[in-house]
Amino acid sequence: MKNRVNKCCDWTLERFPLSKLWNEHMAEYYAPKNFNFWYFFGSLALLMLVNQFITGILLTMNYKPDAKLAFDSVEYIMRDVNWGWLVRYMHSTGASAFFILIYLHMFRGMMYGSYKKPRELIWIFGMLLFVCLMAEAFMGYLLPWGQMSYWGAQVIISLFSAIPVIGDELSLWIRGDYVISDATLNRFFAFHVIAVPLALIILVFLHIVALHEVGSNNPDGIEIKESKDPWGKPVDGIPFHPYYTVKDIVGVAVFLFFFCTVIFYMPEMGGYFLENANFIPADPLMTPEHIEPSWYFTPFYAILRAVPDKFAGVIAMGGSIVVLFLLPWLDRCPVKSIRYRGGIYKKALALFVVSFLVLGYLGTQPATPTFTMIARVFTVIYFAFFLLMPIYTRWEKPKAVPKRVTHEPDAEEKYAALVEAFEEMTTHEPLKTSWGATAFPVSPNKEGIKHVLTRLLEKLKRSFE
Amino acid sequence: MNHEGVDNSKRQFLTTALTVVGAVGTGYLAVPFLSQMQPSAKAMAAGAPVEVDISKIEPGQLIRVAWRGKPVWVLSRTEEVLDNLKTDTAKLADPNSQESKQPDYITDPLRSIKPEIFIAVGLCTHLGCSPTFRPEIAPNDLGKDWMGGFFCPCHGSGFDLAGRVFRSVPAPTNLEVPPYRYITDTLIINGEDNLEADA
Amino acid sequence: MKKIIYTLLLLLPLSTFAASKVNLQSVDVDLEDFVSIQKGAEHYVKYCLGCHSAKYMRYKRIAMDLDIDEAIVLAEIAPEGANIYDPMLTAMNAHDSKKWFGVNPPDLSLIARVRGPKWLYTYLRGFYTDKSKPFGSNNTVYKDVAMPNVLWKLQGEQTAVMEKNHGEDVISFLKVETKGTMSRQQFDQFVTELVNFLVYVGEPVQLERQRLGKYVLFFLLMFGVIAYLLKKEYWKDVH
Repeated sequence: MKNRVNKCCDWTLERFPLSKLWNEHMAEYYAPKNFNFWYFFGSLALLMLVNQFITGILLTMNYKPDAKLAFDSVEYIMRDVNWGWLVRYMHSTGASAFFILIYLHMFRGMMYGSYKKPRELIWIFGMLLFVCLMAEAFMGYLLPWGQMSYWGAQVIISLFSAIPVIGDELSLWIRGDYVISDATLNRFFAFHVIAVPLALIILVFLHIVALHEVGSNNPDGIEIKESKDPWGKPVDGIPFHPYYTVKDIVGVAVFLFFFCTVIFYMPEMGGYFLENANFIPADPLMTPEHIEPSWYFTPFYAILRAVPDKFAGVIAMGGSIVVLFLLPWLDRCPVKSIRYRGGIYKKALALFVVSFLVLGYLGTQPATPTFTMIARVFTVIYFAFFLLMPIYTRWEKPKAVPKRVTHEPDAEEKYAALVEAFEEMTTHEPLKTSWGATAFPVSPNKEGIKHVLTRLLEKLKRSFE
Repeated sequence: MNHEGVDNSKRQFLTTALTVVGAVGTGYLAVPFLSQMQPSAKAMAAGAPVEVDISKIEPGQLIRVAWRGKPVWVLSRTEEVLDNLKTDTAKLADPNSQESKQPDYITDPLRSIKPEIFIAVGLCTHLGCSPTFRPEIAPNDLGKDWMGGFFCPCHGSGFDLAGRVFRSVPAPTNLEVPPYRYITDTLIINGEDNLEADA
Repeated sequence: MKKIIYTLLLLLPLSTFAASKVNLQSVDVDLEDFVSIQKGAEHYVKYCLGCHSAKYMRYKRIAMDLDIDEAIVLAEIAPEGANIYDPMLTAMNAHDSKKWFGVNPPDLSLIARVRGPKWLYTYLRGFYTDKSKPFGSNNTVYKDVAMPNVLWKLQGEQTAVMEKNHGEDVISFLKVETKGTMSRQQFDQFVTELVNFLVYVGEPVQLERQRLGKYVLFFLLMFGVIAYLLKKEYWKDVH
């Protein structure tokens, strides 16, 4: 029997480069040994892609892309189909989780300069993935055919009509009708289920192939291929398998813990993952009081609203994404990692993150004059971060970059310091309880807290220099 | 890289443990995924028992009702037909319905609770076509031996008016008799039997 | 820059308050209280189903989820002549209702997910007499609602006492004018049961979901611990 199996394996291996592929991409793919937790998000995003594919296929089995039936079929899935609720929540939560992971993954790239030479193409593929993902999410969001689905799509498609000359024709062509209708739903279904997922798979493939050609970046932003041992292996590299496979599994477990907490205990996530208004079937005659896009689009939506002119707003929103594509060429600093970059970039990046978050928040709120004013300020900051980059990155005074990767304390080593800080912040005054026993209740120690906080602040301040 | 002092058995143990736990988890995840392809509550509702009013059925008439989306035949058999069925058993493959799917309480060789009302699922046991109702005797196309019955146009299987399959046709067993019971003399509930009502 | 951050910080709480103009009363929703849900279902069929369907809900599901006999559901909850497999449909046709109320009474299967229990509770208790309206009543949380006050016999009649706030007339509180057949506590309990039922109908699986969640999270914790031990073991190689 065993012999047979072996023969079967040999037969396959003679015809298919399985072991070569395995070695190239797993067992002999050398990844820098100093990855920190920011490096979990790539593999987790891949996991989410798989999750969306499987649950998506199961959902299509019961979903009906028909304006008359769509809303009912979603409730049918939620109530009548065995475990349909689980599959649907996995898919809806998965969509939001995907964006959280992707945003963190992109931020990692911006922190450690993963978009810089020789990894520009990885960044471009990644950005294309991001755009596809946004298209996928946007079109998927129409499918439940609730009020928010309908009016959200209505607003976004109307954006295209702002384009001069061809605008109206273009938005009409996209909708296939004068309003969002059955025709729109049906074509969005086709795109959401077949066209865009195919593009996503191809892009993921290209993203990974490009990555494995040049090798992974790392928190120190140095090329591990520059220092090799006598056998030609990078001294600071370790085989992806088993070291990063076992590490990523830990990441998967932690991530799934949070993911499942949302699925089982807060699938609506306070109206952010599933919006309340979307439990009302689409009504073309009545707009809900307040419409907002899904949370992952809100930063771009806030930029759109911040610009007083319709067409300029659309250009600004498009530009806010396009400008990300240009990042590798906007940044003129030779140093990759934020660890060794000048304070000016650190401050700029922090400001960018703040503006992204604030814009994201503003996008969920009604556009009052004050909010619009604030959104304008942060829109300017958002664009300034990118457009002024060629200038301020040239002024930057980077620190010396080490030749070899540095060691970062891991969670366990940090734990001891945490305990110490906790000890410092608390006191254990012996206390006589009413029944005569002595207890040592933990009470906060003001002096200690002050010390720890000052140290923390100083550390924060230093890290921005 | 430093492989000194590696406890391989510990690694092996932990790897196995993680694989087992992971496999169990995947297994549990597969259950909802697979069972979501089972009939839904809506399909079950469509599979609910149906009531058939037989007060207006004429002798020799066949009426069709849908139960779980399948055709169910209710046939009123005349005395003449019943006599034919009792005597003409030589060409049947399973005259006593020993191999067939039918409720336990249907013991009569003519396969019904009341002999004159015959109920069966109108799907051929070969590959699921619905046979045509051919009550006439010795028609031209079916030959002079035909004493009335059901003929499946897909692959030529024949059944008599008790749904019993003839010899040397593709269909392996007699037509299926669904569970049913009488509520009154003229009202039948199909899809539910006495056992359930008694319980 | 700092100023902007400060203004933002100041605005954050303001914006959350601005969203909820009417004070919603809190309601004690308990999905494990099957008796309360069952009573709520009875109230629903008696007082609401005449106009509002709950078409995604089957009577059989109520029997299954609340662990009551199908015969009891048919006898005590479902209207005359309903089948256990039937969804909770209303007998009123859409054409008539449009004529009578100007709108079709919405299906209420998902209303708890749209509005939330607090809103429903406040709404159902918030009807008051307003002679200027076609049905002679108005509502504190849903101004000029097309729905007549169907519970007035139970609750009694209320009128709104107005007060001036920033130059605008706002409702200060509701005053009971004539007593209903129920005492205040009884009526609150009645509405609570109804809301409890609506929350259950909004997502019948929620209790099951939360029950399962515990096992899933516990499993993931176990899985995570083993995965961590394995990672630690392998990473001994890396210096």
